Amino acid sequence: MRLDFAYCWKMFLENWPMFWYGIKITVSFAIVGTIGGLIIGLIVGAIRGLPEDPLDKPWKKAIIKFFQAIAGFYIWVFRGTPMMVQALFIYYLLRPVFNWTPISAGMIIISINTGAYMAEIIRSGIQSIDRGQIEAAKSLGLSNYQAMMHIILPQAIKNTFPSIGNQLIVNIKDSCMLNAIAVTELYFQAVSVAGSQFRYIEVYFVTAILYLILTTGATALLNFAERKINKTSTVSHKDMSA
Amino acid sequence: MEQPIIEIRHLQKHFGDLHVLHDIDFNVNKGEVVTIIGSSGSGKSTLLRCINLLEIPDGGEIKFDKQNILDTKMDLGKYRSKMLMVFQSFNLFNNLSVLQNCMIGQTKVLKRSKEEAKQRAMAALKQVGMEAFANADSTRLSGGQKQRVAIARALCMDPEVLLFDEPTSALDPEMVGDVLDVMKSLAKQGLTMVIVTHEMQFAKDVSDRVIFMDKGVIAEQGNPNELFEHPKQERTRQFLSRFASSRQAEA
Repeated sequence: MRLDFAYCWKMFLENWPMFWYGIKITVSFAIVGTIGGLIIGLIVGAIRGLPEDPLDKPWKKAIIKFFQAIAGFYIWVFRGTPMMVQALFIYYLLRPVFNWTPISAGMIIISINTGAYMAEIIRSGIQSIDRGQIEAAKSLGLSNYQAMMHIILPQAIKNTFPSIGNQLIVNIKDSCMLNAIAVTELYFQAVSVAGSQFRYIEVYFVTAILYLILTTGATALLNFAERKINKTSTVSHKDMSA
Repeated sequence: MEQPIIEIRHLQKHFGDLHVLHDIDFNVNKGEVVTIIGSSGSGKSTLLRCINLLEIPDGGEIKFDKQNILDTKMDLGKYRSKMLMVFQSFNLFNNLSVLQNCMIGQTKVLKRSKEEAKQRAMAALKQVGMEAFANADSTRLSGGQKQRVAIARALCMDPEVLLFDEPTSALDPEMVGDVLDVMKSLAKQGLTMVIVTHEMQFAKDVSDRVIFMDKGVIAEQGNPNELFEHPKQERTRQFLSRFASSRQAEA
């Protein structure tokens, strides 16, 4: 067992285009997955966390219950199965319908998968908000939906920002599971390089370093954003300036 | 003059096995200031929350301008926006500035334009002496300032009735005066107010009628001088003397 640093560097420089291509794909998937997942998570989490209003009419309560059940089922399935299995199943199942490429299929799958986690993060954020905020909104005459959009969700997003950002780090790493449907992300490229060089230790060592650089960079970026958000604790409200 | 804006008949409320409100009956007339006093757990806050429908009564009627608000056909957003609540814990929206707190109800519920809402908000903030803080972050204010903003937020909606749920109970003693002064000036302007409070002197000074609640019923009501100086009921007397002695102990 020996790790040859000189070889690592030489191999890295020689195969840089391969690695670079993989990095670009991995970063794109992490960003798309996190943003897509956040959008899904906001919708699903808001449905799950909708405060019950005893004044709602029975049909409205039934509709809310129905959507909450669907949201619960979605979270149960996508948090309870590995993304690699989800990717393979969904990709092959829907290929005849959409005739999609691994890239577009992968982006949708990583978004749906992240959305399940985001939904739970948003729901916990909603539950952490003081009941008085909701009561004050209702007392002013705001509807449940308006209270959610203007008062509850903005605070839930701010309070859970560290957890939301953490999903970006998770996605940088977990996007490697999409190699199963031949998405040419960083790990997929590493496998190709390793296969051509027969130097597994060195190739995966370099790959690990590259992942570490990506996650460290993302962490620094998130810390910066968090400081910014906490500094201006009053969110400039876009509906107010419109 | 005797024009009831709120009529409450046979109001009942349970929390599980606990019977909080027993058959409550009373009116609030236009322009009247009614204070509700009583010990903790007597049901006074619950009564106020029922009027605003933050709690749903189990039985009885609440009529507002002759309309039963428990009728399912009522537009509740509209009703609530005419009957605003000021809370013990202020409940300013943490994600909005002082000005935005005062505007959101106007733009979203009353559908006022942004310009109009801003003007109304500034006028209301001026009325409570908080106009200099319009652009401040609402989480950075002191308790007394928050409560005054909360009152301004309610005033902006030009409500028919203001409901106050122990508005000074969460404040430091030196801030209580500021908030009570604002409320006194509102009472002078003829706003209809229903106030749950532990500030007896304030209740005496400001109200047209005082209601004493005990164990979920209205034990006694009348004009403040009569009720404070010559209570008819034994339990009212006990409550008031207990209160007076605790005040003396504090002093």
